[in-house]
Amino acid sequence: MIGGLFIYNHKGEVLISRVYRDDIGSMELSGSCVGGWLERNAVDAFRVNVIHARQQVRSPVTNIARTSFFHVKRSNIWLAAVTKQNVNAAMVFEFLYKMCDVMTAYFGKISEENIKNNFVLIYELLDEILDFGYPQNSETGALKTFITQQGIKGQTKEEQSQITSQVTGQIGWRREGIKYRRNELFLDVLESVNLLMSPQGQVLSAHVSGRVVMKSYLSGMPECKFGMNDKIVIDKQGKGGATDDAAKSGKQSIAIDDCTFHQCVRLSKFDSERSISFIPPDGEYELMRYRTTKDIILPFRVIPLVREVGRTKLEVKVVIKSNFKPSLLAQKIEVRIPTPLNTSGVQVICMKGKAKYKASENAIVWKIKRMAGMKESQISAEIELLPTNDKKKWARPPISMNFEVPFAPSGLKVRYLKVFESKLNYSDHDVIKWVRYIGRSGIYETRC
Amino acid sequence: MFLFSLVCSGEIFELKAELNSDKKEKKKEAVKKVIASMTVGKDVSALFPDVVNCMQTDNLELKKLVYLYLMNYAKSQPDMAIMAVNTFVKDCEDPNPLIRALAVRTMGCIRVDKITEYLCEPLRKCLKDEDPYVRKTAAVCVAKLHDINAQLVEDQGFLDTLKDLISDSNPMVVANAVAALSEIAESHPNSNLLDLNPQTINKLLTALNECTEWGQIFILDCLANYTPRDDRESQSICERVTPRLSHANSAVVLSAVKVLMKFMEMLPKDLDYYGTLLKKLAPPLVTLLSAEPELQYVALRNINLIVQRRPEIMKHEMKVFFVKYNDPIYVKLEKLDIMIRLASQANIAQVLAELKEYATEVDVDFVRKAVRAIGRCAIKVEQSAERCVSTLLDLIQTKVNYVVQEAIVVIKDIFRKYPNKYESVIATLCENLDSLDEPEARAAMIWIVGEYAERIDNADELLESFLEGFHDESTQVQLQLLTAIVKLFLKKPTETQELVQQVLSLATQDSDNPDLRDRGYIYWRLLSTDPVAAKEVVLAEKPLISEETDLIEPTLLEELICHIGTLASVYHKPPSAFVEGSRGVQHKRLPCSAGSGESVDSPETSSTAGVSDAPPAVIPSQGDLLGDLLNLDLTPTTTGPPPPAVSTGMQLGAMDLLGGGLDSLLGGDLGGNPAIGAGFGAAPAAMPASFGAPGSGGLDDLFDLGSGVGMPMGAYSPPKSVWLQAMKAKGLEISGTFARRAGVIQMEMTLTNKAMSVMTDFAIQFNRNSFGLSPAGPLQVLTPLSPNQSIEVALPLNTSGPVMKMDPLNNLQVAVKNNIDVFYFSCQYPISMLFVEDGKMERQIFLATWKDIPNENESQFQIKDCHLSSDAVSNKLQGSNIFTIAKRTVDGQDMLYLSVKLTNGIWVLAELRIQAGNPNYTFLFPLPISSRYLLESFSKIPLIFFFL
Repeated sequence: MIGGLFIYNHKGEVLISRVYRDDIGSMELSGSCVGGWLERNAVDAFRVNVIHARQQVRSPVTNIARTSFFHVKRSNIWLAAVTKQNVNAAMVFEFLYKMCDVMTAYFGKISEENIKNNFVLIYELLDEILDFGYPQNSETGALKTFITQQGIKGQTKEEQSQITSQVTGQIGWRREGIKYRRNELFLDVLESVNLLMSPQGQVLSAHVSGRVVMKSYLSGMPECKFGMNDKIVIDKQGKGGATDDAAKSGKQSIAIDDCTFHQCVRLSKFDSERSISFIPPDGEYELMRYRTTKDIILPFRVIPLVREVGRTKLEVKVVIKSNFKPSLLAQKIEVRIPTPLNTSGVQVICMKGKAKYKASENAIVWKIKRMAGMKESQISAEIELLPTNDKKKWARPPISMNFEVPFAPSGLKVRYLKVFESKLNYSDHDVIKWVRYIGRSGIYETRC
Repeated sequence: MFLFSLVCSGEIFELKAELNSDKKEKKKEAVKKVIASMTVGKDVSALFPDVVNCMQTDNLELKKLVYLYLMNYAKSQPDMAIMAVNTFVKDCEDPNPLIRALAVRTMGCIRVDKITEYLCEPLRKCLKDEDPYVRKTAAVCVAKLHDINAQLVEDQGFLDTLKDLISDSNPMVVANAVAALSEIAESHPNSNLLDLNPQTINKLLTALNECTEWGQIFILDCLANYTPRDDRESQSICERVTPRLSHANSAVVLSAVKVLMKFMEMLPKDLDYYGTLLKKLAPPLVTLLSAEPELQYVALRNINLIVQRRPEIMKHEMKVFFVKYNDPIYVKLEKLDIMIRLASQANIAQVLAELKEYATEVDVDFVRKAVRAIGRCAIKVEQSAERCVSTLLDLIQTKVNYVVQEAIVVIKDIFRKYPNKYESVIATLCENLDSLDEPEARAAMIWIVGEYAERIDNADELLESFLEGFHDESTQVQLQLLTAIVKLFLKKPTETQELVQQVLSLATQDSDNPDLRDRGYIYWRLLSTDPVAAKEVVLAEKPLISEETDLIEPTLLEELICHIGTLASVYHKPPSAFVEGSRGVQHKRLPCSAGSGESVDSPETSSTAGVSDAPPAVIPSQGDLLGDLLNLDLTPTTTGPPPPAVSTGMQLGAMDLLGGGLDSLLGGDLGGNPAIGAGFGAAPAAMPASFGAPGSGGLDDLFDLGSGVGMPMGAYSPPKSVWLQAMKAKGLEISGTFARRAGVIQMEMTLTNKAMSVMTDFAIQFNRNSFGLSPAGPLQVLTPLSPNQSIEVALPLNTSGPVMKMDPLNNLQVAVKNNIDVFYFSCQYPISMLFVEDGKMERQIFLATWKDIPNENESQFQIKDCHLSSDAVSNKLQGSNIFTIAKRTVDGQDMLYLSVKLTNGIWVLAELRIQAGNPNYTFLFPLPISSRYLLESFSKIPLIFFFL
């Protein structure tokens, strides 16, 4: 299991150090540290070999002198888990991400300043969520009930046992007795559409990775059921029920390649009946993630044309076409056209929006605020190059695009979200529900 | 922020006062300061009694801080730690379950024997506590206690209580109990501690649905160790585990995959469910690739294993492994690996288009791998070979140096696989002859020229051009050149007689390398005694190379499948290779398939049958080939039966020298491996199993082992000195030295037998040392050492061994074993051996670093009586990987700024002042404090260079 956890700043100075197991201390380099505290050797080994390494990091797992270091980086901060055993590597990384989430939930951005100001809190959290290197309940909802930095003097016996039963309980993510005057829930379908297209316009790979994010403000312990236009469910219903209904909805159903759920969802029920039922955590959380690859609506098509005129000039023409209902508007459109390193000057003409050559980023950035569906726009640029004797050819990175559209490119539709709370007297109809679809570009690239 | 800015030692007194203050707030702030100092590595153990005094408090936050302090310092102050016991015991009775749990959790972390005695009673109570939070904490505490004192845990009967907790009503308690039991069971391989039976399995599966994500991982990892009784049970467990594949936590998914991959072995293949299960596995694995990059990396390493075991799972998923421009390099390289594994006739066009795209990227390693991948595709998918070759030719046209070289190396392999098919490209290759500067590429090119000498009009000129700088070439190239010229001679004897004479004399008379000399002699004798036989030998038809490369050896693969998700699966090494002690040393195996009618007695049969109908042949990459032929097993981790291809190789080798053994020698891709000599020694004796046996006769002498002398290089290497005296070692005398050759540290030894009897079975081991030096392979003394015989051995070393500071720093303690006894000696290696080739610091960084080092850290010393110009000095130093970064001349005094990087990544900077006309040089060392201890030993080294 995890033997120790260290947090470093970008200089490699230790901000937080918590050792769970003695074995990581047995790297006998200098016997000067007292009582195994601060396994300086492990600490130093990581600094020297990873943080100060001259080369780009070649692996997130490093083995130095039979000790394994797992690291993730958040802005300037390095989190490293250390072990000498054959641990579950996926679990260690999941834990490090979780640790980041928990810290963010407590004090915001993970920065050197915030970590230094909250080091007592971090130690308290580390004591709670890792025991002997085994991750324990790390749901912020539950943690916040008893790790408060305020002391726990005022708690009654009932409150204490409620805390412990929540931390260890089956529904560790929600506490009892939540009350709202207005029962309300917000459902966001957030999709990022990824594309890799060849210069000839052939789709090399495309997929949508989507998330259903829910904000729930519901009283009591509500039982929820979520339904969407999942092809498998709709086909099944079609077989049993009215055929015309199936034909109508069958057209709009989508094939989901795979989905994963928040731990509140009953997975065995999904596996057997493909129904998504759960008791939601309070506040915001991610209900599910999914991935689709079939029948994706690609909101934009990029048509590049790059011509090398002699050795010192490039002519670039890029056309973008929007491919969705004319009544909808795409926003925050940005096209990034990479330029060679030896660019000396650029002239740009675009029909719409603004385009600028950014020398520091080696790219022409073309921004359009809004664009309706079924439209087309174009940019052309002349790039002057400095003559070089560099034999190496320019690598021609792909043209990438960013945008936001008000629909789900996968075609996913929320069919229902039912709320049942038998003990309190509110019904599904009393709950105010909001649903919103946002499609964003993930890695949306066209090679040129 | 202020908490981190404490420096002076006087503050200890200040803190002491604050800790003993009456005001609670002040006390708390003081403890916080103590913890902050502790974090940055300061010794605050002196405050132990004062901090412990703060323990008695109802402020939970303060209590936690004090506990944190205790955990870290109790071990150094065991007697005072006892002071805390009372409070702990009292806290374990506290009405607040959070405090009870905190106390038992902390007590388990205090690794002091005396405290553990007091821990037993409270722990026993907590294991039966009414509150699940306390029970789950106590469960882990048993594992902690076991780690400190295993006997105590057994005596006190905690293991039984822990087993009972598996039936606990609370799922988290169950999960922690499972985790604790699994860990304890690992250190007792044969105990039946985790007595998994259908009832407990059922309990675990029930808890699986209800516990936290982490708990699910513990349970799934534990389930993976169970072996179901029959295929029915196996199927029912699989059915209950599959829903986990939809969990948001990737580790849960991977652990579930592990259980399924393992239990699937037991399902009959004709079962419908088997097919369903296979289909269910692909989507979650693909989903893992949209996780964060670090997890993607873990997932990819595992998919690499899964694809080798069950290629059918991912065969339609090629596209998801296409590399994205912004992927981190470690993800890119792994994706590329899997793409090659999945390449087939159906998708080859797409794959090739991608690979060609990658070959124009920036990262050199990635580009090289992409080029190599194109070659692998050509060899794997015959139909695509032509397209691959033309793609490679396109890439050669780019003239990017490393792309060209890599392409030539793979084209050589393509020639091996499809002889007489693509020779038309040779002309293009020859055009690039001059740009090749890497030994591997040069060797490949020379092989091609030699192999097709009859079709290349100016083959003699080409080879002759290489011959000019023969002594500067690496061994690999020299050997290849020798063979190529002999081939050329046999094909065009009239025009090339002079050339072959020249190369034979270069190889046999002017070379120090025994491998080269020996090969030269063999050719010479062959040519002079029987040219017809020589032709048959040298120009014999070569066996085709196999299509699958880099496959993991099947038994290792099986073991790794049992470790899916863990570090072993990331490293592709069994746990025993990187875990110390008894833990994880057990070799896990996949269960045998039942019900399919095959014999189930030996795991080997079922495993080979399980992979595919025809188990793919493994060809090891170059250099290892002979090692494997002889079953030398350089990697001690791979066990089990040798794969078929290797065993046929063995037969060949054993048949006779001229037919088989030489054939593989001439195969073309065998570089300067010392094992070659050994291969010859063993093969003609027709005793492939016993290398040590005497009687292999003259050939043995001819190919006398090791490449002891090696080629002269720039790096300084001290003369050999006697390390082990014959008197002290029952007649074995060892003298030796260290050298750095072509980036590899070598320990070069002369072993002399001064006793009356034969010595055999040599082995070598190092003690931990300052730079983690350890032998990179076994000591290659394969023939017995007869009385009065001596032998030269070069032992390559690496620096990945365990590290311990030695005094003096460069001291190395060595143990050598032979059939008589074990002998110990210690020797000192020149630090210069540890200077790595990429030790040239960038000017900017050098400048910045130099400025950062305060003056008081500087130290200097003088070298007397040197008469070299500064340029000569600079050159000489460069030969030993001491790089001149800049040179300045002030007042007739030359100042050289030097940088050196050690194998462990430490940088050393220096300034060298040379006054014209003054034979004394001054060295200036500014040193960061951390590496000050280096100074003493380091300062001696440069001296040596000047007196060479």
